[in-house]
Formats: sequence, structure tokens, C-alpha cells
Amino acid sequence: MLIETKDLKKHFQIGRKQTLHAVDGVSLQIEENEILGLVGESGSGKSTFGKALIGLHSRTSGTTTYNGQLLPAKFTAADHLQYSKELQMIFQDPYSSLNPRMTVLDIVGEGLLIQGQTKRSEVKDQVALWLEKVGLNADHMSRYPHEFSGGQRQRIGIARAMIIQPRFVVCDEPISALDVSVQAQVVNLLEQLKQDLGLTLLFIAHDLSMVRYVSDRMAVMYLGSLVESGPADDVFFNPQHPYTQLLIEANPEPDPETERHHKYVPIIGEITSPINLGAGCRFADRCPKVMSHCRSVTPKTTVVAAKHTVNCHLFE
Amino acid sequence: MSDRILEVDNLSVEFATYGGTVKAVRGVSFHVNRGETLAIVGESGCGKSVTVQAIMGIIPMPPGKITGGSARLNGKDILGLPAKQANQFRGVEIGMIFQDPMTSLNPTMTIGDQISETLMVHRGLSYKDASALAVQLLDKTKIAEAAKRAKQYPFEFSGGMLQRAMIAQSLACNPAVLMADEPTTALDVTIQAQILELMAELQRTENMSIILITHDLAVVARMADRVAVMYAGQIIESGSVDDIFYRSSHPYTLGLKEAMPSNKGDRDKKLSPILGSPPDLFHPPVGCGYFARCPYAMKVCEHQQPPEYLLAGDTTHQARCWLQHAGAPVNKRLYQTGANHAD
Repeated sequence: MLIETKDLKKHFQIGRKQTLHAVDGVSLQIEENEILGLVGESGSGKSTFGKALIGLHSRTSGTTTYNGQLLPAKFTAADHLQYSKELQMIFQDPYSSLNPRMTVLDIVGEGLLIQGQTKRSEVKDQVALWLEKVGLNADHMSRYPHEFSGGQRQRIGIARAMIIQPRFVVCDEPISALDVSVQAQVVNLLEQLKQDLGLTLLFIAHDLSMVRYVSDRMAVMYLGSLVESGPADDVFFNPQHPYTQLLIEANPEPDPETERHHKYVPIIGEITSPINLGAGCRFADRCPKVMSHCRSVTPKTTVVAAKHTVNCHLFE
Repeated sequence: MSDRILEVDNLSVEFATYGGTVKAVRGVSFHVNRGETLAIVGESGCGKSVTVQAIMGIIPMPPGKITGGSARLNGKDILGLPAKQANQFRGVEIGMIFQDPMTSLNPTMTIGDQISETLMVHRGLSYKDASALAVQLLDKTKIAEAAKRAKQYPFEFSGGMLQRAMIAQSLACNPAVLMADEPTTALDVTIQAQILELMAELQRTENMSIILITHDLAVVARMADRVAVMYAGQIIESGSVDDIFYRSSHPYTLGLKEAMPSNKGDRDKKLSPILGSPPDLFHPPVGCGYFARCPYAMKVCEHQQPPEYLLAGDTTHQARCWLQHAGAPVNKRLYQTGANHAD
């Protein structure tokens, strides 16, 4: 096990009496050299979870264990320096996550300089190497981000994260802003890096088909809590939680014949507000199989098949 | 043909910029029949949004300029009309919904008033009647507590609700055609399913035609009767939804399909990205726009534009590719009928 969270919570205080439960008790394990896909609708807390995992958000409660060590709840500057060598992040928006005033050389090489183990003269060679590895031209390192397309910028973001040679990378919707043809390039690149470097990835996305394609395991979040996790194909083809079932049912397939026979059972309503939540299942208000105690008792994690767990009272 | 409600012929649009003239749309022709859904598919920058914006007359001119072609709605030419005349069909006979519902509605007006405004301007209703009808329209798009919701502002709505409100507004004058520019791209998959279902249902009840612009082939498979695939400002393949998916005749269509994960068949099948990037439309290529990225490119492709080949046995399936020429080599991955005579 490379990284494990137990009952991880991240709450935000908004105003005096309001608490936003962004992540509300997530326990999840990520094995070494696997890709864990994390899916959920916007507002389900998946990005916050990813950031809290590597210390970009402080934890409200719960624990994160990385490689046997307990990570601090709130990272100090020294912690960031220590852990950023091994924990990195690829951000969602390749347009706003790169400093427009820095050249590609500065952006990609900054991590190495901060870590201080590489001489300035060697940084340039390293940057050139990594730009080539992610499929960019090394001659382009003196250019600025605006001179690149979205797909190229995402590669710069990948090179920036990878140059440190981290062990664990959180990829927060790395392909959502990209065109279909470019998405495949980025996904294949991540797969390649995983194989070559023995990387472990948390792949956050809302495109279910893509997550299934990329991931070894898949976890589903709803309103700050984990509802289901398991081997990607098990979760996708044999979903157990009522929410996962409806989510996967809503996913269209790029095949007209399949779609002609695809019956859509719409989920009623929309995701509820994550402010001032009490106990109970988060999906209770929209669940077609809701029972009376779903609204008052928080469901426990139940194992339904090998490595396949569900948080739902139906299985307890 | 009376069944053709909208006919676009050889439409070309350019934009004057500091860097030169961008030829965004280069001779696009298509038609939409009554009650059907036409999907226009393509990646960013291929000209799909500009095409429908030109038809709607909402391209800022300058810098935009319609340099050629025509668009006929029910036989009347509607291309490049002055604002006053354009307003007689815009929002009346053609409704439009946009990708980003958050920024497409006026944040300082209530939802109800925005819909009423359309009704008062186009149908001459009084404020009172318009308001009542606005509530009915919101109800039609399945917004719960429509009367209460009509008095709220856009910031009080979620993304999915705003898209419903925008659909309600576009339906105000019972349009014959609804143009939807990436209507679900900003929405979650569950909300996307709700909105697509709503559109399909309204299409049945109102007998409306839909032009759906999207880059998502799964949405196309779900919604479209016919499909036009655009690349570098041109339609490179068009046909029925089955033609496009099961009898792909252009390497770009094939490339798009293979770049997307499918949940049928083998999971270990690797996605094949389309390498390279689209051509620079400041200086559009002399030959085929896809030449530089095409795995099957031939010499002729670089120097000469492929004509639009009609595939044999089909009345509507067309592809703009030299591989459809009678003398072209056989390509097992593409649908070729080989029946096109040398020009």
C-alpha cells in the first residue's frame, strides 16, 4: 500500500455558522504502481480530496499515511519541500495553471532548483530530456505558455510534475479541457510513464468511459463521501450502489446501435448542497431505493466481492 | 424538397485579425429536414460554431465577414440580413441554446423576465400574459415550482437548471429549428442525460428540427439522425448516423472514433490519438486539410482538394477524400465503394 486515508475530512468554514463538508470521511487505499480512477459529479469533493491527499489542503480530521509515514494535517513550508519530491499534481486547467510570465524552462525546471540537488547547468538538460519525453520539442523551452496549444500546455504541466520523478501523482481532470484526439495522447502518455517509472496515479475525471479505460481500480464519490470502489471493470459493468448504477446508466456510448436500445432512467433532482450536513447517506434524497434509516444512519463500508466495496445500507 | 427546412449552400466565413485573415468556414453545405436531428461534429477550431453563428447572424461584422454562400430557411434567404430583418426569424423560427448557460443569460434580470422579454418582443404579448406564459414554458422544461423559479435570478439556478431555462426561452416562439451549441459540455453526465432526454422529448412533441453541435461522439450516437463531420472549416464526411459510425469513409472520422474509449469489446485495445495538430487557417492548405495528419495520405492529397464523393448505394453519404476515387488503393479500414469515376 503506498497511500492510505482513514476517515479523511476537509470542511470549509463559510460565515459564522455554516460548514461546507467538501470531503466527509473518505477511507481509501492506493496500491503501489496502480492507477486509481476517481469519478463523481462536480461538487462531489474529488478535487478537494486529491489536494488534501498531497497536502495542498490541510485536513480537518482523519489520517493520511504515505509509505508507512503519517502525513501532517497541515503542511509547513518544510513539509512541502520534503514531500513534493515524491507527491506531485497535474492540474485541470492547462491555461491558468502555468505562470504566463515564466518560460517553459523556468516552469519545468523550477522544481529541480527548489529541491536544490541539481546544478543550474544540469537543469537545462533535464528539462530538455523531459520535454522530449512528453512529446514536446526541446527547442521550445525558451517559449512562454501562450505560444502553445491546450494539449501542449497539458504536456508542459505533466513534464513539470514528472521531472522531480515523484512516486505518486494526483491528476486532477488532466484531459477535460482537451480535444478528443489529444485526450488519447495524454492518456497514453500517462500510461507509458506509469509503466516506465513505476508511478502510482490518482486519476480524477468525470468522463466515465475514459476513467474505466485508464484505471486499474475505480472509486466513486458523491457529496464528499465514497460510495463505491473496486476493480474498474467490476464497478463499471457490475455497479452495486444505486448512485453508481444511475451514474453509469446515464453515460452514453459512442455507438448508435447501443444507444437505440439504451433506456435512460434519469436521476431525480440534482446534487444537494454540501453545507451543514448531518448524519445519514448523502444520496438518500435522490435514491430510488431509499429506506427510512438511510436518512439518519451513515452507511458503513461493506465488501461485496473481491476488492469491491460499497457504502450502502442495502448491503449491510 | 419541401421537407428541407434549412438549407445551407457553400457557406464561407472569414475573420480579419491582426495576424491576417482566418478562413474559418470554407464552403460548407448541408441541410436539415423537418423533425430530425443533425449533429455537427468536430474539434475546437474546426468552424462548427462559426457555421451556425453565421446562419443566425450573430457573428460580429467586422471582424467577421460572410464571403460566400447562402442559407435558406423555408426557402427564404436569411444569410447576412440586417439586424431588423434578422430579428424576424432569429429567436422566432430558429431558437438557439449555448454551451455555457452561466454566461449566456443576463445576471441582472429574473429568469421569468428574460423569457417574457422574448415573448413581448416577438409575439407582442403584454407583460402579464408573457409572464404567465413564461411560467408555462419553464414548466414544460420540467423545472419544479416554475412560478417561484421564474422570479429568481440566474445565480440562484444550478447549471442544469439554467440550461433548462435557456431551452424554455428558446422555445418561446415555437421555433421550427433549435440550434444547440455544445448544450451539455459544461454539465455532469447525469444532468447531461436529463437535458438530452428533455431535448428529445420536446423534439417529438413540437416536431422541431435540432442542429446539435458537439465534439462528443457518444452524444452524437445518442441523439443524431444524421451527422456532418467538420475539419479545418469544411465538412469532410456526412451521412446517416449509422453511415458515420459503421461505414466511416474519411480517415479523420475513423481517427476520431479510435481516439475515444469504448465500453464494448476489448479493454486492452489502445486508444489511437490523432497526431499533429489542425492546419493553420490563416493559410489553409492547398490540398486536403487533413493531409498532414492522415495516416493514408497520398501525393495527390497535398496538392489538390478532394471533391465530395457520393458513396454508391447511398443517397446521402458523402466523403471529401481522395481515397474514394475509383483509382485509389483499397483501404481495408475505410468504407469504400470504389464506384466514383475519375473526374
